[in-house]
Amino acid sequence: MSKTAPNKSNPWLFRFAILTAFVTFLLIGLGGLVTSHGAGMSVPDWPNTYGYNMFTFPISKWVGGIFYEHTHRLLASAVGLLTTVLAVWLWLADTRKWMHWLGLAALLGVIAQGILGGLRVTMRMDSLGVFHATIAQLFFILICAMTLFTSRFWIELAGGKRAFFVSRSLRTLVLATTFLIFAQLIIAATMRHQHAGLAIADFPLAYGKIWPATNPTAVASYNARRVSVTEEAPVTAFQIKLQMAHRVVALAIFILVAACAWQAWRRLGGKDSLAKLAIFWLALMFAQIALGAWTIWSNKAADVATLHVMVGALSLVTGALWCIIGFGRSAASLPDAQTSGVFGVQTSMLANK
Amino acid sequence: MKTSSFFLLMATLAFLPVANAADITGVITFKGTPPAEKEITPIMDDANCNVGYTKAPLTHFYAVGAKGELADVVVSLKGITGKSTGASAAPVVLDQKGCLYVPTILAVQTGQKIVVKNSDSCVHNVHNKPTVDGNKESNDVQMPGGADLTYTFAKPEPFLKFQCDVHPWMFAWVTVFDSPYFAISDKDGKFTIKNVPPGKYTVEAVHRKLGTLTQEVEVKDAGASASFTFEAK
Repeated sequence: MSKTAPNKSNPWLFRFAILTAFVTFLLIGLGGLVTSHGAGMSVPDWPNTYGYNMFTFPISKWVGGIFYEHTHRLLASAVGLLTTVLAVWLWLADTRKWMHWLGLAALLGVIAQGILGGLRVTMRMDSLGVFHATIAQLFFILICAMTLFTSRFWIELAGGKRAFFVSRSLRTLVLATTFLIFAQLIIAATMRHQHAGLAIADFPLAYGKIWPATNPTAVASYNARRVSVTEEAPVTAFQIKLQMAHRVVALAIFILVAACAWQAWRRLGGKDSLAKLAIFWLALMFAQIALGAWTIWSNKAADVATLHVMVGALSLVTGALWCIIGFGRSAASLPDAQTSGVFGVQTSMLANK
Repeated sequence: MKTSSFFLLMATLAFLPVANAADITGVITFKGTPPAEKEITPIMDDANCNVGYTKAPLTHFYAVGAKGELADVVVSLKGITGKSTGASAAPVVLDQKGCLYVPTILAVQTGQKIVVKNSDSCVHNVHNKPTVDGNKESNDVQMPGGADLTYTFAKPEPFLKFQCDVHPWMFAWVTVFDSPYFAISDKDGKFTIKNVPPGKYTVEAVHRKLGTLTQEVEVKDAGASASFTFEAK
């Protein structure tokens, strides 16, 4: 296929991108389970597993924490393979040059992420886990964005068929909220990878107060009363403040997403796809806050905490996709967009359908 | 003349009082109500670990006896450094039994061997996590029936953590001292720090959850005693 030939949506490429995004989402969940179960170091070697080639490690030995860590590695390999195929497919079949580079970026990203995960084990550095978790979120956004770009929806949008101006203030509001969610996920990853369990064990109060004391005497008292099966390290004043920051930012995000949904509904109308996406985003926020509370009330049960991680990832990617569509749609609505092309898609592409 | 002076000196030395090393003994007690321990329920869900258990074992952060006797308190002489005899001391054994570490609180000297055994029929990974520079972290596989693993640590460190990531409820805490003057209180709350040279010392009692108490003592021929009472926080 000529690289200058008109592009048209390729349903199978789109479906394959959806599959890659879905498996990536599962991988984030499985990574969450590894951390929630404290199993990150249960396989001390990498890239081998207990001396075996990773793919020949006997199933009978997938016990305890090994199960989570080993299956995480296998699923990561699957995502690596899917991303490789996606990148090659895009390179060969997509006429948009920037999509080739996005595919390559995804491929390099998944390789870097795999190595980072391996180094976190071999170098025994908890702090690397924070980067590993953060890059996972960015990679998920990238794969979902690529999925969007391979969709018929995007081709039509970029061709002007769905062009509709979205006000700058609304786009800015959603973009700022999305960045705040990303910051929130970094805070959350920092909390989780300190392996200190619940820094604050009650909710909505914190150690019985709206804002807990964090002086040395108070912190010593909190630690004396903590009894946990997984025997986390003692909490510190910093960790308590970090969890309070997580709560405050969560409240701010909820208010901002509600504002985004309201504004999108009011300005774009209830039938608009972006308004619907914003409402979905708000629904995710309700679920996320409920899961956050449940995480605390369940004493950080691994499955609940992991669901909290997964909905957090979905919330971030929803905001990111909203921004991409909102900015793309507005750009496509500009008078010269149909001739100059938006994100490399020419209007003529639509003629192929 | 010289010969008589020598005998005179020897006779004088023979009659001088000689101070001997002695023991510091004491009892640790706990006042108040400790937090309720929790059942280690995941152990019952693991087919490799639940053998031998009829019900889930409990955590044991507060090993308190009927009369308040407090076990697992690490008692030592504060500020004594550079006196380690760890290289020649007998190794300390840390076993993995029933998917639990036994014991969970122990203490060694710098350079003293810690021998980790696996008495279970399942794999464990022995992951120690020192936080003091000079003590090296390691994470080793120990198969069932596998060879013992041996560790030493070069620097003093309180409550250095050993854990198994395969079974995330398994923990042990090793305090490393730079001297042989330490002990851990037993189930009766009793401890004995042996062979302490005469002198004035600060005795420090540390419980992992309850913090630190100190007491000044003077060790004489008859030894010394120091008892501590921790209170619920």
